[in-house]
Parts: sequence; C-alpha cells; structure tokens
Amino acid sequence: MNFNASSADTATVMVAPPEAERVLDVKNLDFFYGKHQSLFGVDLPVARKQITALIGPSGCGKSTLLRTLNRVYDLYPGQKAQGEILFNGENILAEKDLARLRARIGMVFQRPTPFPMSIYDNIAFGVRLHRKVTKAEMDEIVEVSLTRAALWDEVKDKLDKSGLGLSGGQQQRLCVARGIAVEPEVLLLDEPASALDPLSTAKLETALLELKDSFTIVIVTHNLQQAARISDHTAFMLLGKMIEFRPSSEAFVKPETEAMRDYVTGRYG
Amino acid sequence: MSAAASAGLFSRYGRRKLVNYVFVTLASMATAVAIAALVMILASLIMKGFGGINAEIFRADTPGGGGDLGTGGLRNAIVGSVMLCAMGMVIAVVIGILAGTWLAEYGDGNRLAGFVRFLNDVLLSAPSILIGLFGYELVVLPMHGGSALAGAIALAILTTPVVTRTTEDILRLQSNQLREAGMALGAGKGLVIRAIIWRASRTGLVTGGLLGFARMSGESAPLVFTNAGNQFFSWNVLGATASLPMTIFYFALSADENWQRLAWVAALLISVAVLSANIIGRALARGSQHK
Repeated sequence: MNFNASSADTATVMVAPPEAERVLDVKNLDFFYGKHQSLFGVDLPVARKQITALIGPSGCGKSTLLRTLNRVYDLYPGQKAQGEILFNGENILAEKDLARLRARIGMVFQRPTPFPMSIYDNIAFGVRLHRKVTKAEMDEIVEVSLTRAALWDEVKDKLDKSGLGLSGGQQQRLCVARGIAVEPEVLLLDEPASALDPLSTAKLETALLELKDSFTIVIVTHNLQQAARISDHTAFMLLGKMIEFRPSSEAFVKPETEAMRDYVTGRYG
Repeated sequence: MSAAASAGLFSRYGRRKLVNYVFVTLASMATAVAIAALVMILASLIMKGFGGINAEIFRADTPGGGGDLGTGGLRNAIVGSVMLCAMGMVIAVVIGILAGTWLAEYGDGNRLAGFVRFLNDVLLSAPSILIGLFGYELVVLPMHGGSALAGAIALAILTTPVVTRTTEDILRLQSNQLREAGMALGAGKGLVIRAIIWRASRTGLVTGGLLGFARMSGESAPLVFTNAGNQFFSWNVLGATASLPMTIFYFALSADENWQRLAWVAALLISVAVLSANIIGRALARGSQHK
C-alpha cells in the first residue's frame, strides 16, 4: 500500500451525528486477534434509522469492527475487544446475555448463508428462538419479512422448498428477511453484495433503502458507488484506525483527509 | 517452436512424452490388476453364491454336517446378523456422531481433543481380533458367556472410530459463516449444531454410517470371542446367536459340500447388503442435492 505515513497518522476527522440520535456508539475500541492488534482506538457513532457505511481497503479493520457490534467474534477463543460499545447507553462488551443482544442486533454475511431447511423455516427459525407465536402469526411474520426484503413475489409459491435452491441474490435477500423477522433494532451487513451480480445488487439496495425506515443499518462495502448511493454516513478506515467519519453527501464529494481522497478517487485500494 | 526442438525423441518434449507414456502405462496396469482381482472375487461369489440359493435358505436354519446338498438354510444366521448389526450400529452411530461432533465443534485448541483424535485413529486401525478379545474381557466374562449383546458391543467398538472420524471430517466442511449466521440470530451453539450443522451435513453423516455398516457387517474376528454361534434360531439378545460371518468361517473350512454351498450364499448375502446400503446412501445423497 502506498499511503504516506502522515496521512494515516493524522487525527480522525469526525463529523458525528448528535449523541441523542445515536443508537450505537463505539468509543476508543481496540481489537486483538490473539496478540495481533487490528483496531486502534476506533470511534464510530451510528445514527438511528440511518445507513452507515464502513469503507476502506482490504484488511483495514472494517469487518472486524462490524463483528464487534454483535459480539460474533466471541465464538473464537483468543479474539478480544477493549473499549466501549454503547448500545442505547449499555456497554455491549459487558453484556452477558448474548442471545438477547443478537436478537436486537442482526447480521447478514458476505456469502449467503441460508439454513438447510425450507424458505419458511429459514425465517421461522430465528423467530421461534425468541417468541412463541401461533401458526397464523408466523405465516404473517414470514410474509411481511419476505415482502420487506423484496423477495415475497419470487418465493410465495414455494415457501416449503429448500432455501438452498434459490439463486445467490435471492438467498441473500432471504438472509435479510431472516434477520429482520426477529425485529432487531440494528442490522449489520458484511459486504452483502460482493457475491452478487449487478441486478441482484440493485434489488438488495432497494430493499435496504426501504428497511431504513424501521431499522438502523451498518454496512461494510468495497463498492464506493454503493456506499454513496445508499448510506447517510460514511466511515473511512485505514490500517485499523478510523480516518474520516462524515455525512456521505460530503464525504464523497469533498474528502478531507489525503488518504480518503486517494481512496475514493481510485488511486489506491 | 522449431522443428528440431519438437521432433526428436531426445528433445526435451520427446523425453517428457516418453516419461508420460511410461507412467500412464504403469498406472493403467496397476488399475487393471486391482480390477481383475475384484472381478474374479465378484464372479466366483456370484456364480457359486447364486447357484446355492433356494427357498430353504430363508426358511431353514443351519443344518448339521453330512446333510444332502441343498438342504438346510441360513435363517438363524441372517436373523442373528441383523440383530448384531442393528444393535451395533445404534451404539456406534450414537457414540460416533456425538464424539465426532465434540471433536469438530468443541475440540479446537483443546489438548484433550488432540489426544482423543489420536486414540481414535489408533483404534481405527486396531486388529479386529484384539477388539474381540477386549469385548470378551468387557462383556463375556462378567456375563459368564457369549451373547448377541456382547457381539454387538464388540462390533460397535470396531465401527465407532469410523463413524467418529467421518463425522468430524464432514462437520469441518461446513463453513463457519453458517455457524455464525445461526448464532447471529441468537441461537446457542448447541442448537446451531443440532438444527443447522447436522442438517447441512446429513448426507455425509449417512455416508459415514454406511461406511461403518460396511465394515461391521462382514467382520467375524470380533465375534469369535463374543458371539461364536448357535446352531438354532434365537431372538435372545443375552444368549448366543448365529451370524453370517461366523457361519462362513465354520462352513467354508469344512469338507462338507452342503456347508460350503451355504458359506458361499452367506458371502453373497453380505455383499448384497453392503452394496444395497451403498446404493441407497448414494441415492439419498443425490436426492438431498436436488431439493
């Protein structure tokens, strides 16, 4: 990588939403894979019912940061986070009830991960974990979730068929539907469109823009146009540090740091 | 490329072609030897086995020596083998799948798991006669006599490592993202394994079970010390039963022609059982891919 050291070392440029609007507030976060430190004092304010995009070159720590927000890294011994992640004022890193936390902060992964069961059961699986519902209620949850994920029309006649039989783009929207069926406050997406063709990507983005009315969304993406198209705030990271955080309307037009300017103009990354 | 470089036998290209030719020839010959052996075994099995089959095979029990050719059957041995394999498979599949799951899902970076895996590999290649002796010490001596249960336990000890190993290998093939996706919805690790990972692996798990069955169904050595045979029909799990492998073992060695005939039929029956199990397993595997 060719960034000069001074640009990476400059203090974070942070144009943050007001505290009252933040549903998630990451403060001074360090992250370690064993002895290797991969996040250094990262701050990230996430505004309620808006889309926050995390961008930066591969290995900059954006996925790592996203994975701290629902503690999914906890599955792997040796990975640990230090600092503070406030979720409605409570520190996630001190949370004991991870099932409850993950019910409130859902996640969609880079590759579609439909469960090996029917489309209907893919949605019902998560709902049943947290609530007891009647068959009629479940039918409605399944329909509403699939509709919001812009998938209902394509699958309504084959809900009993395996989710594995769908196309990649449909599978990814199924995963979004599965995530929102649990009615989380926040939805985390880790490069959700990187394995999809442009048409499927467009459908996914349309779904995300609609979902913004009900959910807070944090999305990691390598696709700068995607970040510019759908996000309200953009966070640019480099080498495990937060370099620039600003409203997307300004961030792409007039990046303040040299590093982000170089990245968004396509000179690196 | 110039003509001189490509044409001559001793050019670089010519030498590579020659080496390739020699290698392909040797590999093909080795394959032919292996297949010839298989074909010869199958051919004699089918000719002598089918020749000996009549309705009595499934109706009558194993006869005494000196009977007329064509008399007597294998009913007691077939039922005994079915009992042995059914009980043995239940034990082996339950323990094997749970142990394999523990190794794959909970064993990372765990020294005990490394040790268990090593022991399992040792057991995987342990001589089956030793496992028979172990079954003798473990079950036959305390119970004062051989039995179908003792035989089934010995067969299960033989088969469990196979199931454990395939289970661990199959579960490790599932992507971590699938596990993360389950847990990201708030499911606990145990539920993710049972509801998602096992289900995603079920084809492989069935295959592992079939491999175990194939290993188990033809073994006689573990039975020698544990369930050496019974001339008569018996459903008694705590008593000795006949079995197809032990029948082959006794009858094939004798000079009695009728016994030899029954040994061939027993061998054919075992082969058909293993073959059908494999075909069913493959069909299941294909079926689950298409869904």
